[in-house]
Amino acid sequence: MSIAERVGAPRIVATRGIPYPTGDPSLGPAAERAWRRKLLERALEAVATPVSAPTIFEVDGGKDAA
Amino acid sequence: MKAPMTKIVHYINQFFAGIGGEDAAGSPPVRVEGAIGPGRRLQQLLGDDLHIVATVHCGDDYASGSADAVQEILALVRQDDPDLVIAGPAFTSGRYGLACARVAAAATEHGLTSLAAMHEDNPGVDEGGAATIVRSGVAAREMGSSLETLAAAAAIVAGGEPLTNEQGRLGRPRRQVVRADRPAAARAVDLVLARLGGDLEATEVPLPRFEQVTPAAAVEDLAQTVLALVTEGALVPEGNPDRLESARATRWLRYSLDGIDSLAPDQYGSIHGGFSTVWANEDPHRIVPLDVARELEAEGAIGRLHGEYLVTAGNGTSVANARRFGVEWAADLRRSEVRAAILTST
Repeated sequence: MSIAERVGAPRIVATRGIPYPTGDPSLGPAAERAWRRKLLERALEAVATPVSAPTIFEVDGGKDAA
Repeated sequence: MKAPMTKIVHYINQFFAGIGGEDAAGSPPVRVEGAIGPGRRLQQLLGDDLHIVATVHCGDDYASGSADAVQEILALVRQDDPDLVIAGPAFTSGRYGLACARVAAAATEHGLTSLAAMHEDNPGVDEGGAATIVRSGVAAREMGSSLETLAAAAAIVAGGEPLTNEQGRLGRPRRQVVRADRPAAARAVDLVLARLGGDLEATEVPLPRFEQVTPAAAVEDLAQTVLALVTEGALVPEGNPDRLESARATRWLRYSLDGIDSLAPDQYGSIHGGFSTVWANEDPHRIVPLDVARELEAEGAIGRLHGEYLVTAGNGTSVANARRFGVEWAADLRRSEVRAAILTST
C-alpha cells in the first residue's frame, strides 16, 4: 500500500519519482511535457470522479516507467 | 456575602449563531449582547453566578483563513472585559476548532482565563497554546452532553482551579518531572516482552494517528471550476525571500501566479531538504505544473487557474502541523472560490 493511500489521500495520481512529481527527467523536453499533460488530465478526471476512500487513478504508461 | 458574578464572553461560529452555513463561512466577526444559539442552553447550565454577557460570532473561513482574524475577534471579546472566555463546542469541525483554539489561546495571552471545547480529533486541539481545552462530542447531535461537560469545566476554571484530564481536559497538562518507579531499561524490556506476548499496543510514547479523511464531492463542471496548484515540494522564488524552512516546516506560503505562464529556472527553485532538488531546479514545472495548467486553462478544460499557488515543505513535518496546513489551505482556497486543487507531493 502506498504512503498516499495509507495516510488517506482521497484521490491519488501516481507519478514517476519523488523529486519530480510532474515531470520525468529521463525524457526529452517535448515528451516530458506530454507526460506532464497526461498527469494533469488524469488529475482533472480524478477530481471529477466521486470516491469514498483513497483511490489511485492510473495513468497510461505510468506503471512501466515507475 | 454573594460571590461576585463571573462575566463570560462566548465565541461561536456563523452556523451556531444562525447566520448561515457554508454560504456565510466568510462572514466577519460580530459581537451581540447576551447568549445566543448553544450559549442559551450553556447559560442555563452555568447557573446564576456565571453570566454570558456577550457572544462573538464569526464565519469559519474568515476566522481560520487569516492571521488577523483572531485579533479582530479578540478585540470584540475584550470589549466586555470578561472574567472568562468560552469558545465552542466545535466538535470535529476543523475550521471552527482552529478558530476556537486560537481565540482561546490569544485571550489567554492577554491574561484572560479561557476555555475552548472540541472533540479530541479536532486539529484545533494542538493550537490552544496555554488555554484549556475541554472534550466535546463528535457532532452537534451530542450538544447536550457536550454543554454539560463544558459548563462543569467553566465553573472549575472560573474558580481558578486547573482542569484535570478526568474532568475532560484534552491534551497534556503542563509537563512535570516525575520519578518513575523503575529505570528506563527495565521498562523497555517489559515492553519488548509485552510485544512478544502479543500486546501490540503497549507503549510509553503513543504515536500520532492518521485520521480518516472524508473525500470531497466530485467536481461537477470542470469547465466552470477554479483550480488551484498546491505543493509540499518547497518551490519558492529564487533566494527563498520568505525563508520557508526546508525541514519541519511550521508555515506555508503563497506566491502569485498572476500574469505568469511558466516558471523560469532562474526565478524559482525548491529548497526542500528531503530530496535532491537538482531536477526541480532544472525545471520548476516538475514540482508546480504551471505550464500545462495554463494550457488547460486556455483550452477551457477548467474555468480558470487560481491566481496564486500555496506551498510548504513536507519534510519531517509534524502530523499536527500538516493537519493545520490542510485545514488552513482548504479554508483559504474555499474563500477564493477554488473548488479543486492539485497537490503535488514529493
